[in-house]
Parts: sequence; C-alpha cells; structure tokens
Amino acid sequence: MTMALLLTGILAYGFARKTDLFSAMLDGAKEGLSVLFRIVPALVALLAVIAMLRASGAMDAAADLLRPVFDLVGIPPECAPLIIIRPLSGSGALAVGAEIIAAYGPDSLIGRTAAVMLGSTETTFYCVGVICGAAGISKTRYIIPAALCADAVGFWAASWAVKLLMP
Amino acid sequence: MALSYVLLILAVVSVIFGAVTGRLSEVGAAVMDGANKAVEVGLGLAGILCLWGGLTEVMRQSGLMEKLARLLRRPLKRLFPDAANDKIALESIAAGVSANILGLGNAATPLSIRAASRLHELGGSTGEASDSVCMLMMLCCASIQIIPATIAGVRSAAGAKVPFDVLPSIWISSVIGCVTAVVMAKILSRFWKRGALK
Repeated sequence: MTMALLLTGILAYGFARKTDLFSAMLDGAKEGLSVLFRIVPALVALLAVIAMLRASGAMDAAADLLRPVFDLVGIPPECAPLIIIRPLSGSGALAVGAEIIAAYGPDSLIGRTAAVMLGSTETTFYCVGVICGAAGISKTRYIIPAALCADAVGFWAASWAVKLLMP
Repeated sequence: MALSYVLLILAVVSVIFGAVTGRLSEVGAAVMDGANKAVEVGLGLAGILCLWGGLTEVMRQSGLMEKLARLLRRPLKRLFPDAANDKIALESIAAGVSANILGLGNAATPLSIRAASRLHELGGSTGEASDSVCMLMMLCCASIQIIPATIAGVRSAAGAKVPFDVLPSIWISSVIGCVTAVVMAKILSRFWKRGALK
C-alpha cells in the first residue's frame, strides 16, 4: 500500500510540475538496469563462494564460536559475515546479506536483521576513498574511526530495532 | 582488490573445512547453487530497481531534490560553521545530502565530491581534512535513506510477505547511526587536531 501511495504521489507531483513522466520513468529505469548489470556479475562470483562456505559448515561453526560475545550485545551471530564485509564492499555486502536472507527466510528475525543492517550502514572505506580521493584529501584524520563507530552502533541498533518492532 | 582475497580465502576455507567435516560433495554442489541464486536475486531485484530508478528520476526532474535541499540548508549551516557564509559550499552540501536521502546514488557521489572539494578549499587545501570535510564525510558514510529500494528488492526476491515492512526499523537505526557519526566527529575533533599526526 505504501508503495502504491508513494508512486501515485510522486507521479502527481511530477505532473503538476510539468515533468515528462513517462520519459523520466524510462530514463530512470534504464539506469536501474545498468546498476543491475554492474552488480549481477559480482553477485555470481561472491554467492558461489559464500554458498560453498555455508555448505562446508564453516559458517555455522563461526557463528557458534562468536555466539557468546554477540549474545552479550544482542546481535545475532549469524549476521557476523555481513558485519565484516559491509564497510569494505557494497556488492559483497549485498551478496552476503541476500544469502543470509535466503538461508534463514526473509521474515525470520535473522533475515530481517540482515536487511535492516544493510539499510542502515554504509560502505565506509569505499565512500571515503572515492570522495576524499577525488577532492585531493590524503589525510583523513578521524573520518574512518568515527564512521566505523557509527557503523558498529548501526549494527547494534538494527538488531534491537527488529527485536522491538517486529517480534 | 580486497575482493580477490575474499574470493580466494573463502574458497580455500570451504574446501578445507568441507574435507575435514566430510561434506566435500555438498560443497561441490553449492557452487552451482550459489551462482544460480545470484541470478535469481538479480532478476528479483530488476523490477524494483527499475521502478524506483524511474521514480527517483521523476523526483529529480520535477525539482523535489532541490526543494529538499533548500529545506536542509538552515539545519546544515549549524553543522558547517565555516561554510555558513559560502553559498557554493552550502548549496553543494545540501544537494549531496538530499540526493543521499532520496536514494539517488548516481547523483549523490559527484555532488558530495564537489562539496568536499569546496570545503577543502575553504580549509586552505592542505591535503588534510578540515573539521567541515570530516562532518561532510560523516553525513555521506552514515546517511539516512527514506526508501532503501534495493533491500526491499532483495527481500521480495526471497519471498517476503511485505518487502517494505522493515522500513521503520531501517529509519530508526540509520538515524541512530547518523547521530552517532556526528557526535563522534564532534568529540574526536577536539583531540585529533589538524597536523597532530605527521
């Protein structure tokens, strides 16, 4: 329902502002396709090895190993692979997140937590590298530590938000 | 580059672990499963990615992004004291932040780069990030996004009943992340002065 209202609202606003709705939709959709073409090759490579890792049992063993520490802060240990790769690679995080969501079910606590983690954190190192690199800033002072701190709090907040809002 | 290591390490660990636990044949079968699942996820994402891409383009062309940017200018002034009187800096910061909020990823990066360059100039172009540059990066690295369409796409590809029902949780936890980033930057800027580290 949200999506239907949102779509109608945006279209009505665009129409009132005399935007060529159809051609704008097509331009944007083409851009969506080009994003897809960029991420699918990465997904194929990454999901192949992640599926291997899960089938070997290493994923569950790692989750069990981390469980005591993660339980202490209330983060599901099954989401640990996502936490490790998130600051480094956007497509990597998408692959790991999609795999966790498929493995535990999209409407499970773990699957939902993974989705919220993906949505509330950023690819910190990539983001800083691209923007500061292009602006000619080589000494980034406290940017990385502060941003990683925000990511850590974001992972924690994601776990709690899902537990509180969607028990 | 980092991902090359990830691929190799994950493959090696899987094979060794599978051999030890006697699950090598499952590991072998998983390779094709994973590759197939990747295409499934990609196809599942295609619809929403294109639809939302189209709607963001309508928002951009109809001037919704500029409207949001104008709204954000006043609160942003407080976060960027050395840009408060610089029209170019303030406008590019507001544009970059609003593109991030609306999920216009392709537009956000060049806008953020322009804002970072301008703030860097205002700080004397020393090659070292000024407090304002750091603050801008906080807003880029811990951005709030109103409609995370890709995540809804992944969820719908996996068969979620209501793909968008995670939105309130995402808003809350991303606001918490963003506030943390800003507060951390404020605290660290007192101790981590420019030129403090060689």
